[in-house]
Amino acid sequence: MAHAQTKQPGRNDLRPTADEIALMREKARMVRLETIRLILLPKIGHFSSVFSCAEIFSSLYYGVMSLKKGDPKWPDRDRFTYGKGHAAIGHFPILTDLGFLPKEVLDGYCSLGNPLGDHPDMTKVPGIDFSSGSIGHALSNGLGMAMGGRMQGRDFTVFTMMGDGEQQEGQVWEAATAAVANKVNNLIAIVDQNGYQLDGAVKDIVDTGDLAAKWRAFGWETHEVDGHNLDELTTVLRHLKADKTRPGPACVIARTIKGKGIDLMENQTGWHLGYLTPEDSEIAAQEIMSKEI
Amino acid sequence: MTKLEKLSPGSWHYLMMAEVFPDLLRPSDALIDLTAEGEEIVLLSPDLVNSGGLSKFAEKHPDRVINTGLSEQNTVSMAAGLATTGMVPWVSGMASFLALLCNEQIRMDVAYCQQPVRIIGHHTGLSFGFYGSSHHATEDIGALRSIANMTIISPADGNQQYAAMMASRDYDGPLYYRTGRGRDPEVYAEGAPFVIGKAIEHMRGTDVTVIACGMPLHPSIQAATKLNAEGYSVGVIDMHTIKPLDVDAVLEAASHSKVILTVEEHNVLGGLGAAVAEVLAENGSPARLVRHGIKDEYSLIGPPTHLYQHYKLDEDGIESVIRDQLA
Ligand SMILES: Cc1ncc(C[n+]2csc(CCOP(=O)(O)OP(=O)(O)O)c2C)c(N)n1
Ligand SMILES: [Mg+2]
Repeated sequence: MAHAQTKQPGRNDLRPTADEIALMREKARMVRLETIRLILLPKIGHFSSVFSCAEIFSSLYYGVMSLKKGDPKWPDRDRFTYGKGHAAIGHFPILTDLGFLPKEVLDGYCSLGNPLGDHPDMTKVPGIDFSSGSIGHALSNGLGMAMGGRMQGRDFTVFTMMGDGEQQEGQVWEAATAAVANKVNNLIAIVDQNGYQLDGAVKDIVDTGDLAAKWRAFGWETHEVDGHNLDELTTVLRHLKADKTRPGPACVIARTIKGKGIDLMENQTGWHLGYLTPEDSEIAAQEIMSKEI
Repeated sequence: MTKLEKLSPGSWHYLMMAEVFPDLLRPSDALIDLTAEGEEIVLLSPDLVNSGGLSKFAEKHPDRVINTGLSEQNTVSMAAGLATTGMVPWVSGMASFLALLCNEQIRMDVAYCQQPVRIIGHHTGLSFGFYGSSHHATEDIGALRSIANMTIISPADGNQQYAAMMASRDYDGPLYYRTGRGRDPEVYAEGAPFVIGKAIEHMRGTDVTVIACGMPLHPSIQAATKLNAEGYSVGVIDMHTIKPLDVDAVLEAASHSKVILTVEEHNVLGGLGAAVAEVLAENGSPARLVRHGIKDEYSLIGPPTHLYQHYKLDEDGIESVIRDQLA
């Protein structure tokens, strides 16, 4: 590790235990199963965008972030923002699991007047730290939160998840520059590098090239991990959160598979948005149950 | 191991969208026909070629498509640059992310620089339903109407969108098309005449004249038909071009109707209702104006049809709003 110091806990001390990994794996499975179940309600949704970041969600919420069950407004909590708000359907079940969001509300997903839709709304959904929908704002929102925490002397960390298509947005790089210039070390970006965006593969639409090299060139301490490996992912995120000596922000490029968990959806453009009948949803759920990711 | 091997008939994914909603393809048809007529069309779309119904054009003219990825502002400024070379750039994307996110690029690079860029903002109004208030575009008319040189057109259905796009041939200035999601109920037959800036009168009424644009036109006609059968006199005008507004059509309606009711899938501030209000006020018209639409709030989310019912933008809702004026 580039910035590991002797005073800091070593990487191995922060490795999740087998029990912790089992818990996170179970929660990632919950995220996928709930996504399949909830999409049945509006009859359309983002399966594959959630499936690529299910481990990122579960690692953050069950292995990394400091949170208080039942108290989504705890001022010292770690924050989470995400530009790929279309993955909210996988995030909401976690908020319910943590006691932030009533189950009845979750079950009314996308119905008229329900606070839960395809994208997260902080004014209506407890546990959502920032609204999104227009892709590309989240890192700037996270940067503001991180600087606010620092000004107030609060010791929280802000995690911002972005899509790899999102890396094409200019605002991302404005925030990337500003975070380094302001020496913000309590901001950790995670790129869900699943290789696909809406119209196709990122490399065919607008190739973003060597992302890790770009983030490094912008001055971010950058790590590349297998985004479905809970051990590796959690260890890196815990380490980055614990390291108070880092001079600025850090970025984790999580290599993932869009649609991970359902073979038919993996690395397929079409499944950015789709619908499965109740029968197909049942089979898909069984496929998820039968796998250990 | 149980595995999802193949899809049963009811299941579908995004690339099958054009099969499910064929109306989506009308913009493709128009671009193909414009190209056939010799226009040097180039399509720019920020990762929304398929969802904008442009896959058919992209298959036919792959060398005339630039998929700009998630970079909307870059896309609009690029289009303006392309236009200076004699190309006719069409930018297609979601209404909220073009009209609002790229508002300054539209003002500075397109309108101020007088470049003939054609912009399609699709999934406008509430048509994104439960995708989120973030995706609803209830400010796009207002945001663009105050930009000098902009022309704003809100077609009511796929056929009118096609006709309105074809009308761009002889049009010099920048254009903004505010369109639905390709599933709007049909008002116009193929080939129905369309002139930019010329309103279309569907019915003439002395009690109330509804001035509508876009999706709400169809339910407005239905509601008026029903009320007229009851003996009332309700007129309907399709104000498909919001800027430049057909001032004569507004004043003419105001001269024979007690009430002018504007109906739009947009905030009542800044949109069609506001444009009509300016005309009526400046001309000292005696007709009373009622603006119907989204009342300066962030819309709820839910399935589109439920939202139209909630905001009284469906037939029953519009009928009840007209009835309030008849009482
Ligand atoms: C500013 C903006 N432009 C376009 C969209 C429509 N959109 C939703 S998801 C998506 C593709 C996202 O790709 P990526 O960032 O790679 O996310 P993921 O693959 O994880 O779904 C697009 C273009 C949007 N929500 N916001
Ligand atoms: Mg992606």
